[in-house]
Amino acid sequence: MSDKEIDQVTGVETTGHTWDGDLKELNKPLPQWWLYTFYACVIWAIGYWVVYPAWPTLSGYTKGTFDYSQRAEVAKQVAAAKADQSQYLDKIAATPVADIERDPELMQFVLAGGAAVFGDNCGPCHGKGGQGATGYPNLNDDDWLWGGSPEAIETTILHGIRSGHPETRDMAMPRFGLDEILKPNEIADTAQYVLSLSGNATDGAAAARGATLFADNCSACHGEDGKGNADLGAPNLTDGIWLYGGKAADIEKTIRTGRGGVMPYWTGRLDPVTIKMLTVYVHSLGGGK
Amino acid sequence: MTMIKRAADIVPHPALATGEAAPGIEQIDVSAVASQAARKAYAARQRIYPKLAHGTFRKAKWAVMLVTLGIYYLLPWIRWDRGPSLPDQAFLLDFANQRLFFGPIEIWAQELYFITGLLILSALGLFLVTSVAGRMWCGYTCPQTVWTDLMIVAERFWQGDRNARIRLDNGPWTLEKIWKKTGTHITWLIIAAATGGALVFYFRDAPTLAMELLEGDAPVLAYVFAGLFTATTYLLGGIAREQVCIYMCPWPRIQGAMFDKDSLLITYRGYRGEPRGPHKKGQSWEGRGDCIDCKACIAVCPMGIDIRDGAQLECIQCALCIDACDEIMDRVGRPRGLVAYDTFQNLDAISHNERAPLRLIRPRTILYSAAMALVAAIMLWAWLNRTVLEINVLHDRNPLYVQLTDGGLRNGYTVKILNKLHEKRTFQLSTEGLNGATLAIVGLEGSDPRIDVVTDNLRALKVRVTVPKDDVDTLAGAATPFKFVIIDDADGSRTYHDATFMGPNHE
Repeated sequence: MSDKEIDQVTGVETTGHTWDGDLKELNKPLPQWWLYTFYACVIWAIGYWVVYPAWPTLSGYTKGTFDYSQRAEVAKQVAAAKADQSQYLDKIAATPVADIERDPELMQFVLAGGAAVFGDNCGPCHGKGGQGATGYPNLNDDDWLWGGSPEAIETTILHGIRSGHPETRDMAMPRFGLDEILKPNEIADTAQYVLSLSGNATDGAAAARGATLFADNCSACHGEDGKGNADLGAPNLTDGIWLYGGKAADIEKTIRTGRGGVMPYWTGRLDPVTIKMLTVYVHSLGGGK
Repeated sequence: MTMIKRAADIVPHPALATGEAAPGIEQIDVSAVASQAARKAYAARQRIYPKLAHGTFRKAKWAVMLVTLGIYYLLPWIRWDRGPSLPDQAFLLDFANQRLFFGPIEIWAQELYFITGLLILSALGLFLVTSVAGRMWCGYTCPQTVWTDLMIVAERFWQGDRNARIRLDNGPWTLEKIWKKTGTHITWLIIAAATGGALVFYFRDAPTLAMELLEGDAPVLAYVFAGLFTATTYLLGGIAREQVCIYMCPWPRIQGAMFDKDSLLITYRGYRGEPRGPHKKGQSWEGRGDCIDCKACIAVCPMGIDIRDGAQLECIQCALCIDACDEIMDRVGRPRGLVAYDTFQNLDAISHNERAPLRLIRPRTILYSAAMALVAAIMLWAWLNRTVLEINVLHDRNPLYVQLTDGGLRNGYTVKILNKLHEKRTFQLSTEGLNGATLAIVGLEGSDPRIDVVTDNLRALKVRVTVPKDDVDTLAGAATPFKFVIIDDADGSRTYHDATFMGPNHE
C-alpha cells in the first residue's frame, strides 16, 4: 500500500475502500485511553498467569503462586460452616428431643436444619410440606399409624417400615382376598362395616353383615371399636382419614391386598443428630403427640 | 487559540499603554476557552485559570460553601437519642437493618416511597428555582461547584492567582514548580480523602466507624466507598472541573426548558456595553459602550466562557463575572451592573426605552409551586396516616389444610407483626368470622398467649387455626374468608387483617 489515499477534508488517511461509489472511511488511530487500557489488561493478564492457575501442562496445569483453587475454597467454606454448626450439633446430640423443643434458640436451628433434610430425603414421598399423598401418610395431621410421640417418630425414621432393617416396624395386614381368607362378597360387606365406623356406609344391610366378619378377622389388630393400635401399626378406621382412599372400592382393595407400604430405614444413611433434627421437625408439623 | 475578531472591537487609543483597557486597568490576555466560536468536535482540553474575584457574590459563594461543606461534614456527627437498642445518630442510612433515620423520622425499607416523594419535591424545587433565577443550583450549591471552588482555593494557596499559575505551568520544571505542584495535589488528595471519608459516616455509627477506620478494622465496604469517593472527588473537583458540567452533566441540557423570558439570568447588558473598547483617561463616554474590553469577566470565569457572548450552555451562572465587572465599573467611574441578573423581557423592553417589571408570579412558577404543594400534601397525608403496626399473613401452601382425626380442620399461617414504635409492645392474636375456631401459636404456651414484639422490629409467628368438627359445616365451602384480629395490650386497639380458611372441596 504505497500510495495512501488522503481524505481532502480532514487530511486523514482513508482505509482505501469505497462504498456506494463515494463513501470512504477514515483510518483513525484507536483512542489513546482505549489503547492504554488494552496494554494495562495485557500486563494484568501476565500477572494473572503467574499468581493463578492458568496454563495446561502435559500432566496437569500451572498452579500459580497464590495456590488458589475453587475446590479448596469450597472445602474451606464447608469446613467453616461445619465448625459454626458444631456448637449446635453437639448440643442436639446431648439433649433429649423433649428438651430440644423447650429451647427456642436450639429449636430455630433444628427446625431450619430439619426442614432442609426433610426436603432432600422425605419430600419425594411425603411431599415438601409433609402433606402426603395416597399411600404416603400426611405428617401434618394427628393420625399416626405407628405413634406420633417424638420417640415413636424417631424409631420410625431410624428403622423404617417393612424396610428390611433387622429392627424395622414389621407388622403386615393379611391379604384377605389374594390369600382367599375372605370371599369377595365378604370383603365388600367388611368394607361397608369399616365405612360405617366413620358414618360413611352406603349399604346399611351389608355393613350389618360385615360386623361379625370384622370382629372375627380385623378386631385383633384394629380393635373391637376399630380405633386401631399404634403398637401394631394398625390404623384408626373411625376418623375418616384414609391412607389409600376412603371409597368402598379403595377399602375393598385394601382388604384384598393388605397394602403393606414400605418406608426405608435411615439409620446409616443419615447421622443420628440429623435424624434427631428430622424427628423434631416432623413432630413440629402440627400433629405431634 | 485564535482570538475572535469582533466588528465592535475598537483599536486601543494610542495614549493607552499596550495591554491596558483603561488607564491603570490591565486588559487581561485571556480568551474564552469554551466559547461557541472556539468549539471544535475534536480538541484537546485547554486549561482554565480562574482569577480570584472580589465582591458580593464571591462573599455569598464563600458563605454557601461554608454552610454546605459544614452540613456535609458535620451532619453524621449529630446525635439523637432513640433509646436503647437503636442507633443514636441523627442522620443514618442503616442499610444493614434496612432503616433510614432522620431525627425523629424513621423509615423502613418498604416505606421508601417517602424518599421518592422527597426526590420529586427536590426536582420540582430545582425547576422552580431555575425558572425564577436560572441555574442557582449549579452556580452556588452543586457539589461539583463547591468542591471545584475548594480545590481552586488549594491551588491558589500553593501556586498563586491566575497569572502566577499560568507562569508556573508555562515555565520549566524547576524544584519550585515540582514543590508547588506536589503540594497542590497532596492538598487535593487530603480534601478528597476527607470527602470520601466523611461519606461513609452516613451509613454507620460515625464515632464507632471513625475509630474502626483509624485502627484499620472497619468493614471492607467502608474502605471501598471511602476510596471510591476520594478518587471521584480528586478527579472531578481537582482535575476535570468544568468538563463535568459541560460534557458529563445532563442538567445543562434540561434546564433550558425551565427558563423563560421572565427568568433572572446573568446577562451582559449589551445595550449599555456596546460598542466596547479600551477607554482613555478623559475620553468621553458618549457614543461608546461602558465595556472597556478588559476581559476581567473572562478571567474569573471557572467555565472559560465570555458572558458577553450571551446565554450559553456552559454558563453555570456562578455570578463571579458580576463581581469582576462591578469592580472595574467602580474603577472607571461607571455605574455597576453591566453584567447582572436580568430578564430577557427587560432587555427587550429597554431596547424600546421601556422597563419590564420582574414577574415572579407567572404560570410557570405557579405550576411548579402548585405541583410542589401537591406532592408535599400527599407526603404529609401519607406520613400522618403511616401505621406503626403492620400485619402480614401468609397462608401455608403445603398442605393447604389438614384433616384431623376428630373430623376437625386445621390451617397453618405465618403471621408477621411489625412494631414500628420505639418501645416493646404486647399483642393478642385472635380470629373473627370463624365459628368455634381455636388458635395456637407455635412456641407460645396456651390458647390465648401474649405476643411480645420488641422495639422497632418484626416478629414472625407460626399460627395454627383449627375449626372443630361441629363447626366444619358452617364453613363456606373450600375457602372461607375471615379476619385475624390483633389487639394491642396497651390501649386495646384492634387491627384487622383479611385471611382465608381452606377446606376440602365437597362435591
